[in-house]
Amino acid sequence: MRRRHTSNRNSVAAIDWGYGINKARVINADVNDLRMSEAILREMPELQTCIGCGGCTATCTAGALTDFNFRMLHTLVRRGEYEGMYEQLNKCMLCGKCRLVCPRGINTRALVMLLKRKLGDN
Amino acid sequence: MEVERMKSQKNHTREVVVVGGGVAGMQAAIRLAEQGVRVTLIEKKHELGGHIRSWYHLFPSFTPAQEVYDALHERFASHDIELITSAEATEINPTSVTLADGRVLHTKAVIIATGFEIFDARRKEEYGYGLYDHVYTSADLELLLHEGEAGEGLAGALGFTPRRIALLHCVGSRDEKVCQPHCSKVCCITGVKQAIELKKRFPDAEIFNFYMDIRMFGPGYEEMYREAQQKYNIHFIRGRISEASPTFDGRLQIKAEDTLTGRPLRMSVDMFVLLIGMQAGPNFGLPHADSGFLEPQDLFLGNVVAPAQAGTLGGLFYAGTVSAPKAIGESLNEGIAAADAAAAYIKQK
Ligand SMILES: Cc1cc2nc3c(=O)[nH]c(=O)nc-3n(C[C@H](O)[C@H](O)[C@H](O)COP(=O)(O)OP(=O)(O)OC[C@H]3O[C@@H](n4cnc5c(N)ncnc54)[C@H](O)[C@@H]3O)c2cc1C
Ligand code: SF4
Ligand code: SF4
Ligand code: SF4
Repeated sequence: MRRRHTSNRNSVAAIDWGYGINKARVINADVNDLRMSEAILREMPELQTCIGCGGCTATCTAGALTDFNFRMLHTLVRRGEYEGMYEQLNKCMLCGKCRLVCPRGINTRALVMLLKRKLGDN
Repeated sequence: MEVERMKSQKNHTREVVVVGGGVAGMQAAIRLAEQGVRVTLIEKKHELGGHIRSWYHLFPSFTPAQEVYDALHERFASHDIELITSAEATEINPTSVTLADGRVLHTKAVIIATGFEIFDARRKEEYGYGLYDHVYTSADLELLLHEGEAGEGLAGALGFTPRRIALLHCVGSRDEKVCQPHCSKVCCITGVKQAIELKKRFPDAEIFNFYMDIRMFGPGYEEMYREAQQKYNIHFIRGRISEASPTFDGRLQIKAEDTLTGRPLRMSVDMFVLLIGMQAGPNFGLPHADSGFLEPQDLFLGNVVAPAQAGTLGGLFYAGTVSAPKAIGESLNEGIAAADAAAAYIKQK
């Protein structure tokens, strides 16, 4: 009896309601695979020092014209959210302005190249 | 009697030299004199007090800086302390201090209280200090607040009435680009204090503080931050301003990311205040952190003691901001701590 009850409860999540809902907005840290993100950090450990100040986004040439947000993008990659990121990165013009601003001295322009290389392989 | 005492002073070797007459050095000298130690204070400038002589009202209580200085100076003047002003120390050893004019002062111990220097905002060219109109440092604003006390008020001192003001945190601090990796500790609360001072004088102005992190480490600081938000309607935007550029109508356009909404933000302002950090002064060849501030023996029981170096057995002590950014209260405390450590040291010798 007891077992059946439990399995019933588990199956609730799997009920087909006949219509879809938006993809969950939650960053599910239990599910996200950080292997790629860790590989990126291994190649550019300085990214770990980012303080999320947004200087790179503030000065970004591409960000002024499109919805490209470099600070948010590389933060999402570090959380294991890779979907659509490569396409986003195509908006970057590699102008390098972000690198002049970063208070942590991160080579943000090289980071764009690194991210594209890693995420493009996917 | 007085002459007798002066004479006997002269005949004795001086016991401790305090280098630097800011609040930390003055407090150290007072404490030593109270214990009957023969102390000499040397100060580079022609008068005592250091940086607080340039500040207006102090955080977190809006106490006039002049009041604090006057009270400290009164105590200083009541003691028998040999004072040498307009004298810069160029070389420091535990048993001697060499001055720029070549004089050598012999002693048994030295307290270094040479304080900090103000970051030169021109080094952050992208903010336009010294290039565009209406860009000020927090140190400039303290002087303007002073000036505004007489006559036409702050608007008179500025020459205009600002309608929109931005204050930027961490200028010359936490910035690898200018080799200032450390947090200057007092500029966040200074930014909150100055935002309130500005709002009191320009109630119709919109005021924005742009920050990377808000660090409210001291008693009453967090409360003041809350008051700035609640009572004075100061806006806090989390994002570092990347650059400022002049607009055709003589204002400044600033750019930042409003990181909490994830969108780039632009704003025209008619006053831009850079909350400049504390930078280390000369290190006299002593061990120092990457930031340049002198490193004490340890950060606990030896926090006012210089590390014993090869060939010396101690005898050097630190007080105040020479060893890290600190507020006035903390610098005063270190004056006492360093004086006690130096007094114990010369007694045991
Ligand atoms: C913009 C700003 C606002 C601030 N406002 C506040 C506030 O409201 N409340 C607060 O608690 N703190 C405030 N502070 C911090 C405060 O200024 C410091 O805590 C305090 O000045 C430290 O005192 P000090 O004696 O260590 O150093 P200093 O004030 O720097 O004094 C050092 C002294 O040593 C002298 N000197 C230096 N080198 C030599 C040498 N080689 N030979 C001889 N003499 C030398 C200098 O001329 C100076 O007089 C503020 C700081 C800044 C930057
Ligand atoms: S290099 Fe790319 S991310 Fe950096 S500022 Fe230029 S366009 Fe933006
Ligand atoms: S400028 Fe540097 S520290 Fe700031 S968010 Fe961008 S990468 Fe991070
Ligand atoms: S106290 Fe605040 S403004 Fe000053 S360096 Fe630290 S975080 Fe930046």
